[in-house]
Amino acid sequence: MEKEIVYLDEITVRFAGDSGDGMQLAGKQFSNASASSGVDVNTFPDFPSEIRAPEGTLYGVSAFQIKLGSNSVNTHGDMIDVLVAMNASSLKVNIGNLKAGGMIIASTKGFDARNLKLAKYDSNPLEDGSLSKFNLIPLDIESIVKEELKGSGIHPKIVRKSKNFFALGLTYWLFNRPMEPTVKWLNTKFKSKADVLEANIRVLTAGWNYALKNDAFKNQYNFQPASFEKGTYRNISGNHAVALGLVVASKKANIPLFLGTYPITPATDILQYISGYKKYGIRHLQAEDEIAGITSAIGASYGGSLAATTTSGPGLSLKIEALGLAVITELPLVIINVQRGGPSTGLPTKPEQSDLYQAMYGRHGEAPLPVIAAASAADCFDMTIEASRLALKYMTPVILLTDGYIAQGTEPWKIPTMDELPDLAPKFCDDPKNFAPYKRDPKTLARMWAVPGMQGMEHRIGGLEKQDITGVVNQDPDNHQKMVELRQEKIDRITNDIPKLEVMGNPEAELLVIGWGSSYGAIKSAVDEKLKEGTKVAFVHLKHMNPFPSNLGEIVEKYDTILVPEMNMGQLKNILQARFIKPMIGLNKVQGQPFKTSDIKFKIDEILSQKEVVQ
Amino acid sequence: MKNLLDEAISRPHIGTLEYQPKDFKPDVDVRWCAGCGGFSILSPVQRMMPDLGIPKEKIAFISGIGCSGRFPYYMDVYGFHGIHGRAIAIASGLKISRPDLSVWVATGDGDNMSIGGNHFIHGCRRNVDLNVIMFNNEVYSLTKGQYSPTSHKGQITKSSPLGALDEPFNPAALALGSGATFVARGFDKDRAHLQHLFKRAAEHKGFAFVEVYVNCNIFNDGAFDSFAKKDVREDKTVMLEHGKPLIFGKEKDKGVKLDGFKPTVVSLTDGSHSVADLLVHDEKDSTLAFILGNMTYNPEVPRPLGIFQSLERPSYDDSVQFQIDHEIETKGAGSISELLKGKESWEVK
Ligand SMILES: Cc1ncc(C[n+]2csc(CCOP(=O)(O)OP(=O)(O)O)c2C)c(N)n1
Ligand code: SF4
Ligand SMILES: [Mg+2]
Repeated sequence: MEKEIVYLDEITVRFAGDSGDGMQLAGKQFSNASASSGVDVNTFPDFPSEIRAPEGTLYGVSAFQIKLGSNSVNTHGDMIDVLVAMNASSLKVNIGNLKAGGMIIASTKGFDARNLKLAKYDSNPLEDGSLSKFNLIPLDIESIVKEELKGSGIHPKIVRKSKNFFALGLTYWLFNRPMEPTVKWLNTKFKSKADVLEANIRVLTAGWNYALKNDAFKNQYNFQPASFEKGTYRNISGNHAVALGLVVASKKANIPLFLGTYPITPATDILQYISGYKKYGIRHLQAEDEIAGITSAIGASYGGSLAATTTSGPGLSLKIEALGLAVITELPLVIINVQRGGPSTGLPTKPEQSDLYQAMYGRHGEAPLPVIAAASAADCFDMTIEASRLALKYMTPVILLTDGYIAQGTEPWKIPTMDELPDLAPKFCDDPKNFAPYKRDPKTLARMWAVPGMQGMEHRIGGLEKQDITGVVNQDPDNHQKMVELRQEKIDRITNDIPKLEVMGNPEAELLVIGWGSSYGAIKSAVDEKLKEGTKVAFVHLKHMNPFPSNLGEIVEKYDTILVPEMNMGQLKNILQARFIKPMIGLNKVQGQPFKTSDIKFKIDEILSQKEVVQ
Repeated sequence: MKNLLDEAISRPHIGTLEYQPKDFKPDVDVRWCAGCGGFSILSPVQRMMPDLGIPKEKIAFISGIGCSGRFPYYMDVYGFHGIHGRAIAIASGLKISRPDLSVWVATGDGDNMSIGGNHFIHGCRRNVDLNVIMFNNEVYSLTKGQYSPTSHKGQITKSSPLGALDEPFNPAALALGSGATFVARGFDKDRAHLQHLFKRAAEHKGFAFVEVYVNCNIFNDGAFDSFAKKDVREDKTVMLEHGKPLIFGKEKDKGVKLDGFKPTVVSLTDGSHSVADLLVHDEKDSTLAFILGNMTYNPEVPRPLGIFQSLERPSYDDSVQFQIDHEIETKGAGSISELLKGKESWEVK
């Protein structure tokens, strides 16, 4: 049969199966191959908090979603076009998000009596006609793979495990993506395991050929290449971008990097990446707890390193006392908080934006510090550089907020060259005669920095209030007032050193949407779609949460109706309302899932239709 | 090419390294109560420092919170007064990132055994090259007199009017059990011995823990009198000296002998035992160290003082440096542009 090639603008694919089915791996390969062949991609791994949940269960489904397209792709996609379901449970939990007419590639072996029972199906959905509004392609993947590798002498266990590569091969043909990147990856990964390498490559190719020859696959889909700026790209997750950002920041600052931290989902990857960077001269300590994580970093900062600590909500809570110490000793420190669903252990593998209050206000005493937030996976790199810049320039701890969505999700990242990035070199005091530990730069109010090892500037600092300039322990009432005000003023002045906000969309709109953090993608897509429909809507996205950009007040002033979508119960909204004395509308999603574009569009429609009624 | 930090810290030292103790005294008043045992630590530390021959700028004292926490202010070197319990963690970050420094920790029995207990045990096993001096006054002094994790059972304090119910930690045994390579104990009345212990701690490469019994004459006066007071001291304590038998007593008339694993006191004058029967101390024997550590609260034997154990093991900070050097040697110094590109990058033209 002649296959028709259909050009698409965008499509969303979801690989779903048991934790042991290799769906995360298939998804990652698919997104890398897609991105490297010129389309834009955005991914979201969505897996249970159990490491290997019992096979076949509904709660054990592990999935990886990819949206690809020729235009800029800001989210991992609201609704699924193609679902790869390795078992009954993975069909059941995902079918609600499958578009009408969408394709289901189902592995029939995963729909045996046992699996059906675990998925709580009374009858087999592949056979009972219940999926008639979808394009159902049931395949006995297991038998096909077994047949393909018959006589190869490869161990049956390896044969069975290779079935994700069959699914991957199918999708490569279906979306006309190159297999080479995956073949290359397999060759390095399984260099010393010839049988696994052979099995996977043969099965991958078999998947491609199966789709090519089988009539069930009528069309092959393709995309016009996305219009990327010239340059070198790679796919990157937010956690990986943070790790690289720290390394690069230390190079740009020309001082060593130290990471003191304690593992916690979803921030652990950063530690794991950094631990592999010894040949870049990087030191880290996997400490006994979060408190030792941050305090060891404070020790390293005192010693003149660019020091960082990484964590997620519950860990940030443990670090709070030490944040006060970093504030009063005025030492540079980068704290990266990868937010997850809370409180307590909450939804450890799922994203939320509910640590904003904690980052802004979670301190004892008057302890202001800069808080910034990354908008996307690739933006995590830039924001890590920015956090380091602020920390070193202003001698202050800085909290960078990301979350499980962008930390684990990926997107193509244009790799910067070193000279494109700002110079972050700190200035160590080199004049002992002129040195005093709390003498300040008149412009930034940053205190002087001298580190152990520098002769003639031996001094003592610590958590007790210090006399202005000299740093001698001091409990004088006026001095404390002055020092509190100086520390506040130092942070407030940063507002003049950060970019002004740019209003996107239609500046004359009746509705302004204010976003922050990882919901950027969904809000941007929603606003773009509304604009295309002719709706007048404007959008600003905050990356600097404390201090705010200097023109935020002006912008807020201008709009009567303001919508603040966030993955919490309205934390930014409340901060803005209090700050600008202006009521705003919240859209608050706390389901452990990122916003969908449609969530936001729906809310925009709702607000605007009510406005019409009122007017 | 040197980075900015290397440049800042590797300038040659100008002037002499022949320091006097007074060179380590900053121009501030020591604000401990008159008669506080803390003075008995400060002065031997200041006296010992010139012996080390380390430039002042390469020495850093880190402390937590408590009366002991003020210590860094009283040393004219680099100092960092941290938060309650975290001195070892702060010092670890400093030492790992700055192996060129001599890093000291001043801490208390509450600071180090209670709120900082976790950092202490992990510091011990990790063997970061720190010198930790614990001011053990068996009470929380800065908060004005509550019982601490080293207060003895039944101790009457402001928060235990009917007597403390907890069993105390035995700091030396805890340190040994946690894997500390150097464990020693002294007391405030014997400054010369303390000076010796601090010097040995400084020379030890790895985690060195020195527990010092210090009298708090305000909140726990006389806590150590039962064995440390002049008239009983020689009969109630025994000095551990490497290679020497455990002899004690005013008349050097008693000794400690091992009965199986059980240390027992024997007389050297009644004809039943001679010096040859006595336990001979060996700093390198970690099994023996456990036995000696366990003598601490045993009323039938004298309280051991001195160096329980001094073992050589690679320090954590050295091992970090070794891994870095080894990686660079075998794989070459990392190229940032290669790191950023990774293995799966592509060009858009
Ligand atoms: C987080 C925190 N908790 C409690 C305190 C109060 N506090 C200060 S010192 C101290 C106990 C100190 O005891 P110890 O370490 O034995 O020191 P000492 O004063 O006896 O030398 C306590 C509970 C504090 N400063 N910080
Ligand atoms: S309260 Fe006790 S420990 Fe504190 S300074 Fe006074 S005597 Fe020393
Ligand atoms: Mg005490």
